[in-house]
Amino acid sequence: MADERLNAISRLLARQGILVAFVIFMIGFALLNDRFLAVDNVLGVVRSSAILGVMALGVTFVVISGNLDLSVGSMMSFSTIVVLDLHDKIGPGLAIPVMFAMTLALGGLIGLLVGYFRLNSLIVTLGMLSAIHGLTLTYSGGKNMDIADKAGTWFSFFGQGSVLGVPVPIILLLGLACLLSVLLAKTPFGRKVYAVGGNGVAATFSGIRRPRVVLMTYLISSFCVAVAGLLQASRSMGSQNTVGQGLELEVLAAIILGGASLLGGSGTVFKTLVGVLILGFIQNGLLLVGLEFYVQYVVTWLIIILAVWLDIAAKRGRLLSPIA
Amino acid sequence: MTTSNRTKLIKRGAIWGFILLELVFFSVAGRFLSLSQTQFMDLDNMLLLLKQSAPIGIIALGMTVIMINGNIDLSVGAIFALSAIVMLDSQTWPIFQGLGELGVIPVAWGLALLTGVALGALNGLIVWKTGVDAFIVTLGSMLGYRGLVFMYNGEQPTFLLNWTLVDLAESNVLGLEFPAIVFILLTVLIWFLMTKTVHGRNAYAVGDNREAAVNAGIRVGPHMLWNFILIGFLTALSAVVFYSASGSVNPNDGGLYELWAITAVVLGGTKLTGGSGSVINTFGGVIAIQLLRKGLGHIGADTETVNLVIGLILIAVLFLDRQLNIKGKGELRI
Repeated sequence: MADERLNAISRLLARQGILVAFVIFMIGFALLNDRFLAVDNVLGVVRSSAILGVMALGVTFVVISGNLDLSVGSMMSFSTIVVLDLHDKIGPGLAIPVMFAMTLALGGLIGLLVGYFRLNSLIVTLGMLSAIHGLTLTYSGGKNMDIADKAGTWFSFFGQGSVLGVPVPIILLLGLACLLSVLLAKTPFGRKVYAVGGNGVAATFSGIRRPRVVLMTYLISSFCVAVAGLLQASRSMGSQNTVGQGLELEVLAAIILGGASLLGGSGTVFKTLVGVLILGFIQNGLLLVGLEFYVQYVVTWLIIILAVWLDIAAKRGRLLSPIA
Repeated sequence: MTTSNRTKLIKRGAIWGFILLELVFFSVAGRFLSLSQTQFMDLDNMLLLLKQSAPIGIIALGMTVIMINGNIDLSVGAIFALSAIVMLDSQTWPIFQGLGELGVIPVAWGLALLTGVALGALNGLIVWKTGVDAFIVTLGSMLGYRGLVFMYNGEQPTFLLNWTLVDLAESNVLGLEFPAIVFILLTVLIWFLMTKTVHGRNAYAVGDNREAAVNAGIRVGPHMLWNFILIGFLTALSAVVFYSASGSVNPNDGGLYELWAITAVVLGGTKLTGGSGSVINTFGGVIAIQLLRKGLGHIGADTETVNLVIGLILIAVLFLDRQLNIKGKGELRI
């Protein structure tokens, strides 16, 4: 009896391992540095995680439907460069919708290729990573983009402004998270995303139009990328062509930390948000303790492997893999 | 039967046809558009091309084996950088001071290769023992190994000037430089490994159907471990070949190499799902990418367009492959 209860507790620990680890981390850092849990520090961490977080929310949909999106990093560079360039040419009021339309068009193209033509999403988005990077460079001619009149525009509101003391990036991140969470958990569309990722053939036979669902997930992903690009552009008011480089893999790391399976069919918006915050707080905590920024890479590595390992081990009921 | 043979032939020959097309196109277009007087199909130019494609090419050979196995390795860029740092830095270690400029070279190379083997083995062990998917394991170690690179020397580049080493690296046989020779030799070796040995046969079997391979008595775990060791070794060798001539490593070097290597392998027709692929075609894929880079530069296109073109070609290849498969197998379209 007691043994059974112990077993249940250990299973629970393994299942919720990532949350437990998160709490231990937070307590540890809070003991090491009393500024860690100060309100302005916490707000700062969430704010600086917002760009990665917004992108991760969108890619969560793609991952749940059983696909990957490696193009979000270079797509984010693209939307940042485009909105900065158009800001000076046609004004911010027009630049933002045009940038959203262009980014959504790219997402739609990927959705078409993966959904309707049923091409492998890893390679399609790998190709798009390269192609969009080339597109960005061609668009900008390889030059950095800058807003000429930085003081005389309301464009900085999205990245630097705040409403009632809460920074706008945090409001956008949390607002988008709530919206997408409802979309994923409470609507027929959300059910379809899980169904397509869980078993695509069964979903097709039960009357779900798989191509359309896949297309929608990529549209959602690119919409989130556009928001992230807007945040990035508005925060720095100028940008290099490679601003989003490497973010695609960090986004995946956050989603995996949140416990979604790359095979599709599992994961939630809330869990992804937790994954993003874990990455953000680890980075911040290590810096506050006085370690260099690159120590976080090693720590992130260990945490990702441990988190996924424990998750799998809990499901199969033994620690080591049964592969001979 | 005949149609399936024909599609097989088309698929196998596609990359060589593409290379031929590139050569013809850039030679003809170069005559009208190029500013330089030299011909594109110049022998020196082609030898240079072989040398320039060696660093990515050697990694891509290992990636072919890994992908035939049904796995993927995203950490090669970081392994590349760390091996290079070890090779350059170890030459300044006090214990090796007595060896002289020539004597220290094999020691430094050995240590660099050992680094690659160790990092690859760590990836392989984690994949084997934990059962976590290789994509996730190597995504993690891509970050982790890059962290180790930074921890080694901070954000400073690592320099070393050993003229004996540079001379050695720039020596050539019949006009073929050291990197090109290594690349060609390795292509032949890995081709032999994959087509003529038990290990190669097992690699295809594991990639095609892992459970069947287990049932057939193949020890899948150790098998995959060996392949990860192989790609670690090859990546380190690529770093040895490249940095022997250059002598300076930045901590960000090798970034995106994993994506270039995978692109080359996929262009060569290897499936991500595993079970099929060819080392010789990967060689073709590497050459095709490098030709495209050089060719676009030759006809005066902006270097930026290279990324665009390669990305689109990658998707086009996938698309054509799919069309051929549908025709060949009469696959059910859902």
